Amino acid sequence: MTTIYVPRDSAARSVGADDVAVAIAREAAVRGADVTLIRNGSRGLLWLEPLVEVVTESGRVGYGPVTESDVAGLFDAGFLAGSDHPLSVGIVEEIAWLKDQQRVTFSRVGIVDPLSLNDYEAHGGLVGLRRALEIGGDAVVEEVLASGLRGRGGAGFPAGIKWRTVRGAQSDQKYVCCNADEGDSGTFADRMLMEGDPFTLIEGMVIAGITTGATQGFIYSRSEYPDANDTMREALEIAYLNGLLGNGVLGSEHAFDLSLRVGAGAYICGEETAMLESLEGLRGMVRPKPPIPALEGLFGMPTLVNNVMTLASVPGILVDGSAAYQALGSERSRGTQVFQLAGNIAQGGIVEIPFGITLSELVNTYGGGTRSGRPVRAVQVGGPLGAYFPADKLDVSLDYEAMLAAGGMVGHGGVVVFDESVDMSLQARFAMEFCAKESCGKCTPCRIGAVRGVETIDKIREGIDRPGNLVLLNDLCDLMTDGSLCAMGGLTPMPVQSALRHFPEDFQR
Amino acid sequence: MVSRYSTWSAEAAQQVLDLLSEGERLILPALQALQHEFGYVPREAVGIVAKHVNVSVADTHGVLSFYHELRTSPPAPIIVSVCVAEACQANGSRELVTSIEQSIAPVGSRSADGSVDVVEVFCLGNCALGPAVLVNERLVGRVNLDSLTRAVATARDEVNA
Repeated sequence: MTTIYVPRDSAARSVGADDVAVAIAREAAVRGADVTLIRNGSRGLLWLEPLVEVVTESGRVGYGPVTESDVAGLFDAGFLAGSDHPLSVGIVEEIAWLKDQQRVTFSRVGIVDPLSLNDYEAHGGLVGLRRALEIGGDAVVEEVLASGLRGRGGAGFPAGIKWRTVRGAQSDQKYVCCNADEGDSGTFADRMLMEGDPFTLIEGMVIAGITTGATQGFIYSRSEYPDANDTMREALEIAYLNGLLGNGVLGSEHAFDLSLRVGAGAYICGEETAMLESLEGLRGMVRPKPPIPALEGLFGMPTLVNNVMTLASVPGILVDGSAAYQALGSERSRGTQVFQLAGNIAQGGIVEIPFGITLSELVNTYGGGTRSGRPVRAVQVGGPLGAYFPADKLDVSLDYEAMLAAGGMVGHGGVVVFDESVDMSLQARFAMEFCAKESCGKCTPCRIGAVRGVETIDKIREGIDRPGNLVLLNDLCDLMTDGSLCAMGGLTPMPVQSALRHFPEDFQR
Repeated sequence: MVSRYSTWSAEAAQQVLDLLSEGERLILPALQALQHEFGYVPREAVGIVAKHVNVSVADTHGVLSFYHELRTSPPAPIIVSVCVAEACQANGSRELVTSIEQSIAPVGSRSADGSVDVVEVFCLGNCALGPAVLVNERLVGRVNLDSLTRAVATARDEVNA
């Protein structure tokens, strides 16, 4: 019997993985080959999708990108034995692109059957939760603190401090909310983890629940992720059936209920307080802080809000110990970051690596430059609120403080590459336009500022009083930065001003 | 073409709301449940939801008008959601939008035959394989007008099946 993996990840499906899986099953039946087909998550080498893997004695041999019409030829070439073929990429784990990474959070994604709890446990799943139950809440908080883990959603706040605050809060009811509203363009790590290894997120949330004393958790996901939501719902059901959720988690005295909620297309709901409002069923309006959600969050109760990547990192930290995690990274950015290479890039996908890698290594070494083959001109890091870097300034180290010093931010780890055809005044305009569309409208600098920003950039593009309007635009940006209630209005100037600073010629055409 | 959704009536709406769990007796989940069942949330649903959830009509209307995805009129059988965010822009989504406009309908409007709504979305999480489009609930990567046309045809077959 031969085991074949064909990803069920929606990125792989978007380029034909389902057709390939059907064709393999059909061809195997016709040829009388004894084949077990497993739909795994994606390994994150997205330019090779659909990446078919065949289990051989020497390891999992990969073929990609495979189309439906390649399947018969693969059988003819003897791919069930791992034979050579023009689409062969060899033993997948030996591909330098993958081998050189240090996958902690993504350690199981692409390897396991996402909805098999047995497979999950066979690959180290639930070890972290069992350890958490054994050492108790105080010790778990100490581990998370000592690991140096910081919030992976974008703000980079030390996770352990949040966990300690919620644990220490006195209340009959506390909540754990996972922010899976991954709205940043160029990011897809949360989606891939939810589709490829959902039990890791569930385990991380259960650990968070028993540690902070929360008995109810919510995953706030996006309607733009139908596949991830389906997988997550199935995983939750399996987790309940197997005693991972509900009363008496894994036979302990702890109870933890977890459910999935899906948004309705509002970028602002990725901001934690807007997300809480949305979870309460209301408009996604940003709340002023304080009070902080850790003390007064969902329905006014103490609430731990963490991103998918943050929560999914915790099981691994508890398995290998905080010291192992803390040993990775640079300066005050400890551990690994799951970078996502996107946009016009030859080799896009997931690169999980310790903080401190340079942007140039990511874009040029891992990414292989642009997909179009034209020179890289600009790279936006950290989503639509992140800065644009020009091609000659990619030697910046990717850690929280170094990025801040360079006028940017790591954000959720998205890296979007543009080639020389990009018009940066148009990108600056889009940043303002996006803010105008997605602003919750609560504070004036964001609500009105973004609209005025679009108008001012239009005037500059049309050549109307350029010197005056450039001064006005920078002034408006400063006001939005200083005067907005949250990061939406506060950081929209980052892409705009970085475009102005690094690509002034695009505003003079 | 046949609608994927049930026909709206106040009685049917009440039945949908009655099925909500205790934790989902909130404005947004109630509106989402109605849209899931009927494809849209007509204005007359506002009062029904407000009463069921025990909130004001104003609050309910506020939620209905806040979220981009909630609709107050019936959708076309096929919805093409085009990603217009940065990663797809880097892969030519602006040009794609122009050709969709010429061959199907402009963003934010319905095709002449009434079968396709074209809407814009910001990020489908397929940023390394852009441009990306969602046709109903099927994600299509590296999309061009040809592959989009095929995906729309497939969706049309599914709707008619």
